[in-house]
Amino acid sequence: MNDLYHSQRTMRQMRKIAMQRGVVAILDVGSSKIAALVLRFDGSARLDAEGEFGSLAGQSGFRVIGAATTRSRGVRFGEITAMGETERAIRTALQAAQKMAGIRVDHVIACFAGGDPRSYGLDAQVTLEDQVVSEDDVARVLSSCDVPEYGEGREVLHAQPVNFALDHRSGLIDPRGQLGNELSVDMHMLTVDAAAVQHLAYCIKRCDLELAGIASSAYVSGIAALVEDEQELGAACIDLGGGATGVSIFMKKHMIYADSIRMGGDHITSDISLGLSVPMANAERIKTFYGGVHATGMDDREMIEIGGETGDYEHDRRTASVSELIGIMRPRVEEILEEVRARLDAAGFDHLPSQQIVLTGGGSQIPGLDGLAAKILGQQVRLGRPLRVHGLPQAATGPMFSSAVGLALFAAHPQDEWWDFDIPADRYPNRSLKRAVKWFKDNW
Amino acid sequence: MRALIRKKPTASRADPAPSRWAWRVQRMMLTPGIRFALRAGVPFCITLLAGTLYLSDEGRRGAIEQAVIEARASIETRPEFMVNLMAIDGAKDELATYIRDVLPVDFPISSFDLDLDAMRATVTAVPAVKSAAIRIRPGGVLQIDVEQREAAVLWRTQDGLALIDAQGFYVAAATSRFARPDLPLIAGEEADAHVGEALELIQAAAPLGDRLRGLVRMGERRWDVVLDRDQRILLPEIEPLRALERVIALEGAQDILTRDVARIDMRLARRPTVQMTPEAAEERTAQQTAFRANNQ
Repeated sequence: MNDLYHSQRTMRQMRKIAMQRGVVAILDVGSSKIAALVLRFDGSARLDAEGEFGSLAGQSGFRVIGAATTRSRGVRFGEITAMGETERAIRTALQAAQKMAGIRVDHVIACFAGGDPRSYGLDAQVTLEDQVVSEDDVARVLSSCDVPEYGEGREVLHAQPVNFALDHRSGLIDPRGQLGNELSVDMHMLTVDAAAVQHLAYCIKRCDLELAGIASSAYVSGIAALVEDEQELGAACIDLGGGATGVSIFMKKHMIYADSIRMGGDHITSDISLGLSVPMANAERIKTFYGGVHATGMDDREMIEIGGETGDYEHDRRTASVSELIGIMRPRVEEILEEVRARLDAAGFDHLPSQQIVLTGGGSQIPGLDGLAAKILGQQVRLGRPLRVHGLPQAATGPMFSSAVGLALFAAHPQDEWWDFDIPADRYPNRSLKRAVKWFKDNW
Repeated sequence: MRALIRKKPTASRADPAPSRWAWRVQRMMLTPGIRFALRAGVPFCITLLAGTLYLSDEGRRGAIEQAVIEARASIETRPEFMVNLMAIDGAKDELATYIRDVLPVDFPISSFDLDLDAMRATVTAVPAVKSAAIRIRPGGVLQIDVEQREAAVLWRTQDGLALIDAQGFYVAAATSRFARPDLPLIAGEEADAHVGEALELIQAAAPLGDRLRGLVRMGERRWDVVLDRDQRILLPEIEPLRALERVIALEGAQDILTRDVARIDMRLARRPTVQMTPEAAEERTAQQTAFRANNQ
């Protein structure tokens, strides 16, 4: 556990330094594109002088001064599979973003979709020493959580206290200063494949940058795409990415579950490529121009040139009807959504008071997807676009940028995590000064 | 089927990613410090270097200096700045001539070359000048306004006669007493430091008319009034004026000074003393002797 504390704390330290410097880069390493944003923090707090949210839901503390995207290379299923390629792609995106911002960035906060995230619910209970809950008590209850065996080769990405309870009074957000006898906590822990994190960290280090934070893409796209009441009442955010589909469930403004399905838009493209026997680039183009999930009579008659570059005229001039294309796409989309349904069922999503489902990510732009999703996932489905933030170029406001925007929000206002609290005194090594002080305090 | 037109082998599209070094260089160029150095530091250094190189040649420096001097001279010698004559106001002819001698100015001269402060110091250093104001009047006139010292008394010293003003400042030398018969005469060491007192005494001695020869400062502390017939009035240090007025009153009442008196000593206010001339003393002795003889 100390290892985890150490690396995550180092990243938090980096984030603090970056905040002081005022410039930080946001990097969304996706399977189909890599998006980089450069944020400038102007120091205005989330709450203004009157204690109310300022404009843009209080997100005006930062400003996007540089934005760039590039075609992703070497990333599959949201995981890095070719380090050098990915590193170059990251450099391309960041170079363009830096050039637009006109300033160099030294700190990067990154997110990725893959790594097989797994959610764990943790809880713990401690008896308070004196009646008042202090920060030390919060740290103690957090550290006394019973960490499950999440397996070798996995790493904790998020560990967020989602609920505090004090003597049967549950639902406390901040128990500090309250009176009671027993403090208990529910914590949501997300583990990912350690190798995925390490590869990403290594790529960023190879670019002479410091990693100032790392997040799950499913989580941050939920931050960006879900509006406040959805986050409060309970909602699921489905981020239909290129290589992976992220699922995150929010409740009381905390993420309580996250998962990732290793299927996405790239699979639809490859289905089209396979079904129509066209190159991937053509398939991608056909998908974005003519794609859909509901075929109508009109679509039977509408023929599209599917092209090819074999040099054989007959082969290169083939046409297909839109309904053929839809017939190829729909099963794959259904498969993805059914997989999502399975994950949501496994997470117990139908027990939440509100069952809003928000589709975002590049894949959510398929026409008619919301109708199909409503059939599979439930009636409350909407398409989500990311929150508007200061200075974001128009080109980067689409749903495929929801995880980049969410990561920017996350960078500006990170959720309290396990490692943000001090290590309780009794976990320190022997002969620690703090422990001595505590002993004195306890005995006199 | 081979293509008839030879095409360049379609190499895979150029990698858009910057190389590691290109990336590093770009980041370096975006560093604020380096940007500032390039924007301000490099032009500054280049300018400095070019200037230094250009000026390191003696000939070029000389040429620049020469050009500056010439430009300056051409401005200075414009007729607007030339001074053609000197006008001295408030000084009599001799003094004016003297001041002209003292100030060696060759007209016409540029007003830039005139050091008015130094000239004023020179003019003020002339003893007969109380104060002077020098300015350049429009029209190229060097205007010197002089306030002269007015000689108030003649001062006889061992070195000769000197004219001094009412404040005791030296004005000029005098050739003889008769050059300025209108001025009273004083003598004695440090007499010039008490001219004011002397003038008061002389004014008070006006009833004596032309019998007054002058005042002598005795022992650097008190005055003697010298009259003709070798008569002297010895005045005290303190309140000499009152003592003199007493003597004049005695003269008015008893004609004390017209008698055969050598000196009247007023130094002790309670006991004025009269010294007779030897002849008068002898005569008095003779008279007394005769008186006694007659009575016996």
